Amino acid sequence: MSDDHVYLTLAEGHEDDTRWAYGTGFEDPLHGVDTTVPDGVDAGELAAECVALADDALVSAQRLAEWVTRAPELEEEVALANIGLDLLGQARLLYSRAGQVDGTGRDEDAYAYFRDAGDFRNVTLAELPGGDFAFAIVRLLVLSSWRLAHFRRLVTHPDPVLAAVAAKGVKELTYHRQYAAEWAVRLGDGTDESHRRMRAALERVAPYLGELHTAHDARDELADVLRQVTEAAGLPLPVYRPLPDSGRAGEHTEHLAPLLTELQGVARAHPEATW
Amino acid sequence: MTTTDAAEAPPPERLQEHFDATIARDQRIEPRDWMPDGYRKTLVRQIAQHAHSEIIGMQPEGEWITRAPSLRRKAILFAKVQDEAGHGLYLYSAAETLGADRADLTERLIDGRQKYSSIFNYPTPSFADVGVIGWFVDGAAICNQVPLCRSSYGPYARAMVRICKEESFHQRQGYELLMTMMRGSAAQREMVQDAVDRWWWPSLMMFGPPDDASPNSARSMAWKIKRHSNDELRQRFVDMTVPQAAKLGVTLPDPELRWNEERGHHDFGTPDWDELMRVIKGDGPCNAQRIQRRRAAHEAGAWVREAATAHAAKQAARGKKGAAA
Repeated sequence: MSDDHVYLTLAEGHEDDTRWAYGTGFEDPLHGVDTTVPDGVDAGELAAECVALADDALVSAQRLAEWVTRAPELEEEVALANIGLDLLGQARLLYSRAGQVDGTGRDEDAYAYFRDAGDFRNVTLAELPGGDFAFAIVRLLVLSSWRLAHFRRLVTHPDPVLAAVAAKGVKELTYHRQYAAEWAVRLGDGTDESHRRMRAALERVAPYLGELHTAHDARDELADVLRQVTEAAGLPLPVYRPLPDSGRAGEHTEHLAPLLTELQGVARAHPEATW
Repeated sequence: MTTTDAAEAPPPERLQEHFDATIARDQRIEPRDWMPDGYRKTLVRQIAQHAHSEIIGMQPEGEWITRAPSLRRKAILFAKVQDEAGHGLYLYSAAETLGADRADLTERLIDGRQKYSSIFNYPTPSFADVGVIGWFVDGAAICNQVPLCRSSYGPYARAMVRICKEESFHQRQGYELLMTMMRGSAAQREMVQDAVDRWWWPSLMMFGPPDDASPNSARSMAWKIKRHSNDELRQRFVDMTVPQAAKLGVTLPDPELRWNEERGHHDFGTPDWDELMRVIKGDGPCNAQRIQRRRAAHEAGAWVREAATAHAAKQAARGKKGAAA
């Protein structure tokens, strides 16, 4: 059959390389989009917003990547990777936008690989390490609900690039939230052990919810989702109080630096390399 | 409808004859068709081994997702490893059409009763390994698997069509990574050559032992589960890879490798079959680590699977109660 040529033609030219896999082929993800910053938009603020949202996504994707080969079932292996890939795609677009508008001309990798922990602006919930599947689900539920609420507002942002990234992201985040909510209900309702683990996960996450309260105006929607899901799952609603920005102000837990060491190690060991 | 329609089903004494005729006509055997026990067992063993290989095969490269040196490479690798989980899923489903059970097959994998491809017992110490695995390992897998798209068992053949398409993406991505690295720094070129040196011989072993030492091959070929012999496929792989290595600018680590005008093929050295046997028997560099990781994930996930089952049962009970009320 004709597929026999696959290996044979490997060394030949590949004009269609850009179609290899989702989001993996293009050099400039915003190619062809009008990238002029519109009148009335503060370029510095826009860049800062893009970097903060990209950092949330990159750090979350890194934590999701740690689940690869460790998920409880193959279906979850596929789903968690899918969510991680969506977030990685969002991060790439947002870094590219930041580099266009902050005057530095940096590319996506300059933001991801050549900044230190103190320069990252992700919320600290995203960087917390490890935990069991219940923790992964609770964190995903919180962050996807919060991000979705925020992205829905950004769809009408005066910057056309950020608005386009948000419009694409809304579809992805709707699925992420749905996935997390379904699992939260299953685990809350399932067995005594899964219920206990969900309670523990909610308790672990609670102290980091305060930061989400002040960082964006998506608080009511997040509170709504948590109320609905915990009610359906027979779980207690986490109690928390608003806190001042920490991750958004560059103040992180001790867990971000080691995460970045792993993420950035090879790139920094070969600064002259092209990949 | 399939050939299992009552009207078409042969009488019991002619089942074997009907099966043999279907194979002879190059037609597909489908899940509900009669088949000899040996055929069913051979297929379950082969498909399960293939599924296990996809799942264990996520580990050597999966290690590099969190460390990939650019966001583009990170996305490519993440997507590739995700595809492998998907391949595992299709293949376990194909095995289930033969009466196997995924949970049982997983148990057999982690307690060592079933095997996976020995290639995944080698370590991946550098990022160039990601590229070389794509080029050699996925390339060898394609050589092995493309003929399986014509396997006599329908669900397996159909799964292989989709898997082969995705494998060919992975393979080209791997080769493209190596091309990029070879155009980069001297350190990168060294990383590529080092990875080629380490993966070449294990890749040749992926085609299995030589034909005269492969006990199950003849029967599998008669049943058209398998279409080409191990040695034929190995030769094909070598012939295709040599010009690709030249274009890339790397040396294949075999002093006996040369074109044989008379045969119209490359001559090449003999892989260390003792090494293959050692790795298959569990004494490769990473066998214990690979199984340990799979077992740990399976055991750590037990409470999640139990909770999902318990929730589904409660939901069903609540549904019944609701309907009765």
